[in-house]
This record gives sequence, structure tokens and C-alpha cells, in this order.
Amino acid sequence: MSAPGAADRTEARRPTELTLVKAINAGLRAALERDRTVLVMGEDVGRLGGVFRVTDGLQKDFGEDRVVDTPLAESGLIGTAIGLALRGYRPICEIQFDGFVYPAFDQIVSQLAKMPYRSRGALRLPVVIRIPYGGGIGAVEHHSESPEAYFAHTAGLRVVTCATPEDGYWMVQQAVESDDPVVVLEPKRRYWESAPVDVTAAPVPLHRARVVRSGRLVTIVCYGPTVRTALDAAAAAGAEGIGVEVVDLRSLSPLDVATVEESVRRTGRLVVVHEAPVFLGLGAELAARVTERCFHDLEAPVLRVGGFHLPYPPARMEDAYLPDLDRVLDAVDRVLAF
Amino acid sequence: MSESSRDRRGVLAEEASFRGEPVQLLTPDGRRRSHPDVVVGMDDGEILAAYRDMVLVRRFDEEATALQRQGELGLWVSSLGQEATQVATARALRSQDVVFPTYREHGIAWCRGIDPVAVLGPFRGISHGGWDPREHGVHLYTLVIGAQTLHATGYAMGVQRDGAVGTGDPTRDTAVLAYFGDGASSEGDVSEALGHAAVFNAPVVFVCQNNQWAISVPAERQSRVPLHRRSQGFGFPGLRVDGNDLLAVHAVTTAALDRARAGDGPTLIEAFTYRMAAHTTSDDPTRYRSEAEVEQWRGRDPVARVERYLVDRGLADEDSLAAVRAEGDALAERIRRECTALPDPDPETMFEHVYRDPHPLVAEERSWFAAYRASFLDDEVGG
Repeated sequence: MSAPGAADRTEARRPTELTLVKAINAGLRAALERDRTVLVMGEDVGRLGGVFRVTDGLQKDFGEDRVVDTPLAESGLIGTAIGLALRGYRPICEIQFDGFVYPAFDQIVSQLAKMPYRSRGALRLPVVIRIPYGGGIGAVEHHSESPEAYFAHTAGLRVVTCATPEDGYWMVQQAVESDDPVVVLEPKRRYWESAPVDVTAAPVPLHRARVVRSGRLVTIVCYGPTVRTALDAAAAAGAEGIGVEVVDLRSLSPLDVATVEESVRRTGRLVVVHEAPVFLGLGAELAARVTERCFHDLEAPVLRVGGFHLPYPPARMEDAYLPDLDRVLDAVDRVLAF
Repeated sequence: MSESSRDRRGVLAEEASFRGEPVQLLTPDGRRRSHPDVVVGMDDGEILAAYRDMVLVRRFDEEATALQRQGELGLWVSSLGQEATQVATARALRSQDVVFPTYREHGIAWCRGIDPVAVLGPFRGISHGGWDPREHGVHLYTLVIGAQTLHATGYAMGVQRDGAVGTGDPTRDTAVLAYFGDGASSEGDVSEALGHAAVFNAPVVFVCQNNQWAISVPAERQSRVPLHRRSQGFGFPGLRVDGNDLLAVHAVTTAALDRARAGDGPTLIEAFTYRMAAHTTSDDPTRYRSEAEVEQWRGRDPVARVERYLVDRGLADEDSLAAVRAEGDALAERIRRECTALPDPDPETMFEHVYRDPHPLVAEERSWFAAYRASFLDDEVGG
């Protein structure tokens, strides 16, 4: 596997500082280099390099047959990717924005997710669907949504989300190696944040949650764009002597309940944070599972911090809509006060 | 049918004639017709073999309908009246070609060696598929209307990437055949498939079996222009063929498949046919169409016309026709015996093949379910 960027030999072992965009780009490049059946397809992914430039330069290096500018048709994109996968290819599809995935809903939920099952395992569909998701970038309508629960709810799909450039680099490669369809959700408001990416260390398994900060009193489970928010909240609480543990869920289907459970048994308190509406969201599932498994260890009810039950609001109100540091700390205070 | 809808159908016919009559090489009374652009590609032996296929598929379909009436199947979707299109298109394929059917293509399944009993599985409720698509080059039936046309197009894009078009090697060049119906022509997926196939010049042939009815809605409610003309807007050829004419469908499909394999891109074939039976065994067509219309189409029966042709040419006689019918009865008897003997699957197998890689949630629920079931067995043993 080649290191991202043009690091010289002396620097090859040192983790490179990359934005999430560049890290995913490097991951895609590595996947394309490793396996000639890997394709990148989507709207504007070729010449333009994607509206977020995640696929920048790939068409130039791998050609139009492997980095495919598709017609503007999301169902067509996923439907043809299914056909390509049936022929032995491993397509990585880019949905341009979260709110544009719904025209492809049948192809994802009824065709892609169910076809291996319908064929009793005769068919495999190693299709990756990348979706930039979430708000916080001042966008117009349909460009700020968090559709993860729909896909996590669907048997046959795997759903993961990265919070860091390093995860962005590895997850897309791990996803394309899976023989199951994988939805990779990319937190678009974190696209331009930089962090070290170690391309030599063994990656964390795709479906493993990770404790990203230790603490004694409260567990915060979060994923994607809210990991940074939760870490900031944990730092603020820590300054006041309140130890907050932060778990980056990373995989939304399957859920690594064991890692969450292990943390909650120690802290006795759980706050789940996500941008998606809390009603029937991942937080509801985690609350139920944690309650079933850790009932006697819990000091307080599981609380959820997330979006409200309304369409994503116009951008000038999104700061009030999105769970921020204060809303997370408010929930931390409430579980401690219970 | 109301007067106004009959008028609309008249307009459609007029537009069709403006584009030329549907391609026909065998008239309803079994006479050969010549066509300036299309020549018969089947010899007498192939016509006899295709006739046998059509008779057996029809007998299979009849038996499946009976099995549904007797409670052995939950539902059946009859292919009655569409045998010529299905058998002719399937017989135009080469072994490396791949088919993406909708859910009424029992004739395709038959011609590609899929056991009819396997086709019954989903209708008996024991599977969602029934066969290995890779083994037969026939994808599983797709019930969400039109979705499979995109899979076919994507598959054809893969064929292109494999370099399996335009090489001139008849064992390598590959075409993909996508079936859909007049109702499906209104689905967005079908338009997207036609668009993708066109811009990528994919080696796919679209066969629209226009059987005139999408359950209760007539074809003129799906389109103001003849369906074969859809392809023009996407930039590739389309034509209408008499879908009840074995020879014509075979000829135009052969040409379209050759074109696709040569790398010259997609073709849309509108096979003008008729769904002689109900949409499914749950449907009541007397609520929306007239017996007179059905009777008119009965006069264009695809099997009868080949039979007349064969008898007139001295290729078949009463004895040989009776022998084929007897073969059909024997097939039906076997299908009935094997279908009714199909065991219900062990419920625990419903947890299989949801994912290929291990999935802890499915594993957890499966083991819970197994233990839960076992607890009843323990009670029975203990009690």
C-alpha cells in the first residue's frame, strides 16, 4: 500500500497530517491500486474530483472506466453498481449529499441489501456507498441530513462512519474488502479538519467501537461529526473535575455493544449524542440494549442528545438545532444529578 | 373498456403504423411472411424444438395455476400467451449471455435449464429465489417493477470492462437481456436504465413485453407513444415486433444481441403480446377488460400458429403433436409430485445468508431463537 501524499523515505514511517478529505482520497487511491476490480462511481467524481474533492485526481490516474462520471441519477448509480458487482466488480459509489440518497432507496434497501439473502448466498454484492452527511456547513435544504437510522435498520447492510482522517483512510478500504454492502457515512463538516494518519499501523477492525477518552463518571457514546463535540464537552467537564469517557461508535451496524456495555458498567451513566433526530435513532437502540444488559449498573436513565423531530432547519438556525457542547454538558449534568 | 380508451388505443395503432407494422414473419394462421429487413434465423429443427418448449412451458404454467387453486402455492403469475416472446428470446441467447427477468419469465427459466419446481419455490413460500443465477445465467425474479433493468445495464457495463464485447470471438462476446413490461416503462428505473445503457453504449437488449395490461391499467395509460419509440429519445434503436410470433421475435432478438455483442450498443424491443390470464391468481380481469378483447387475442395465439405452420409444412402430424402434449402431461405430473413434496424449510435457516461476513446481531438473534425453540422441545420431552 502506498503512503498518502508524496512523503519521502525518511518520513514514510511518520504519520502524515491529512484532512479527512485527503485521507479518504488516499484510501480510495490505495483501494484502486490494490484491486483492479475496484471502481469509483458517482456524479462529478471524475473530472471535477467530487463536489468535496474527495475523488480528486483519481480519474486522471485510473482512467474513465474505473473512476466513472455517471449520469445524474442516484437509483441508476446504485442499480448499475449492483449489476457491476454481479459481474465481479467492487464499486464504490459516491452519493453527492445525504439528502440525495433517497431516490436510490429502493435500490439500496430492497435490491442491494436483500439480493445475497434472496440468492441464499450464491450472490455477493461488495458495493460501498459513500455518503457525506450531517449539518454544520451552512448549506441549503437537503444538504445537512443524517439518514443513518434508515440504513442501520435494514438487514443486509453494514453501516460505518468515520470521525477522524485516520478512520477515513482505513474505513473505505476495509469497506471495499467486505463482501457485504457497506454504507460509509462521512461527516462533511469534519472534511477539512486535519489529524495524523498512520498508514503503517494496523487499522482498528471495521466494526469495533473505540474509547477515545477515558473517564470515570459518565460515558458519552457518539459517532461521526459529534465525536469532536463530545471530546470538547468531555474536556470542559474534565476542567471541572468530572471524568467523562467518550466512545466513538464507528460502526452503526453491527453495533459494538460490548464496548459500550463495558464502559457503562464502569461509569453507570450513558449519554448518546448524534445529529440525527433522537426519535427512533441510534440512541434509542443503544438505550434499550444498555438497559437490558446493564440495568443494575445504571445510576441514571440513558439520555439522548440529538436532532429534534423536524425537517433539518434552515442554516441560520442550525447552530440551535445541532447538539453542541452546551447541550451535551447539559445532559451530562442531568445524568449526574439523577 | 370504455369508448374513449378504445379511441386512444386506435391512436396508438395509428402511430405504430406510421412507424411501420410490428415485425411479423408468421401470421396468426401459420403462414410465413417476408419482411424487407428481417430474415428467419431458425431452421425447421429449431422451430420444432421451440414449439416443444412453448407447449411444455404452457403446460407447466397450467399446472402451477392448478396448484395455486388447490392451495399448494400462495400465488401464481401466469405466462399464458407470452410463450413465443419468452422462448424465442431465450433461444436467441448464447450460453455466455445473461438474463435479468421480471417475474413472469417462466419460459426463459425453462429454456435456460432451470427446473420448474425451483421456479415454484417463491410462490410456495419456501424461498425468495430458487436457483443459482450464476449457474443458469438467469438472475432471480425481481418483484419491484423495473429495478432489474438497472442491474442488467450495470452488468453489461461490467461486460464492457471485461473486454467481452466487439472481439469477434463468438464464445467471448457477451450480451445482456433485460425484461420489463408495459407498466414498468413508467418506472423511473427503466428510464434511468435506458439512459445509462445509451451513454455507456452498454451491450444490453431491453425486451419490453407489452402484454397490454399492468394489472388493471391499460398500456395507453402508461405512454402516449408506442413504447418502442422510447429508445429514440435516448439515442438507440427500438422496434416493435409481433410478440406472439416465434420466428419474428427470434429474428429481431438475434439481430439485437449480435449488435450488442459487437459493441454497437443497446436496442429496445417491444414485443407486442397479450397477458391471456389474470395478472396473478389473486386478480380478477373481468373487472377491467372485455371477453371480446381476450377472444380477439386468442385468435393470435402464439402456440397455435406455430402448430399450424408445422402441420402445413409436414413437419408435425397429429401423432407427433400428441407426443409433445403427452410429454407436457408427464412434466406436469412430475412438477405436481415434486412441488407437493417440497418440505417447509427449517425456520432457523431464515437467519442464513443475511450477510456473508459474520454479523454479531444476526448470530445473537439466531442463537436466542434456537434456544427458545429448544425450550419447547425440552418441555415436550419432559411433559
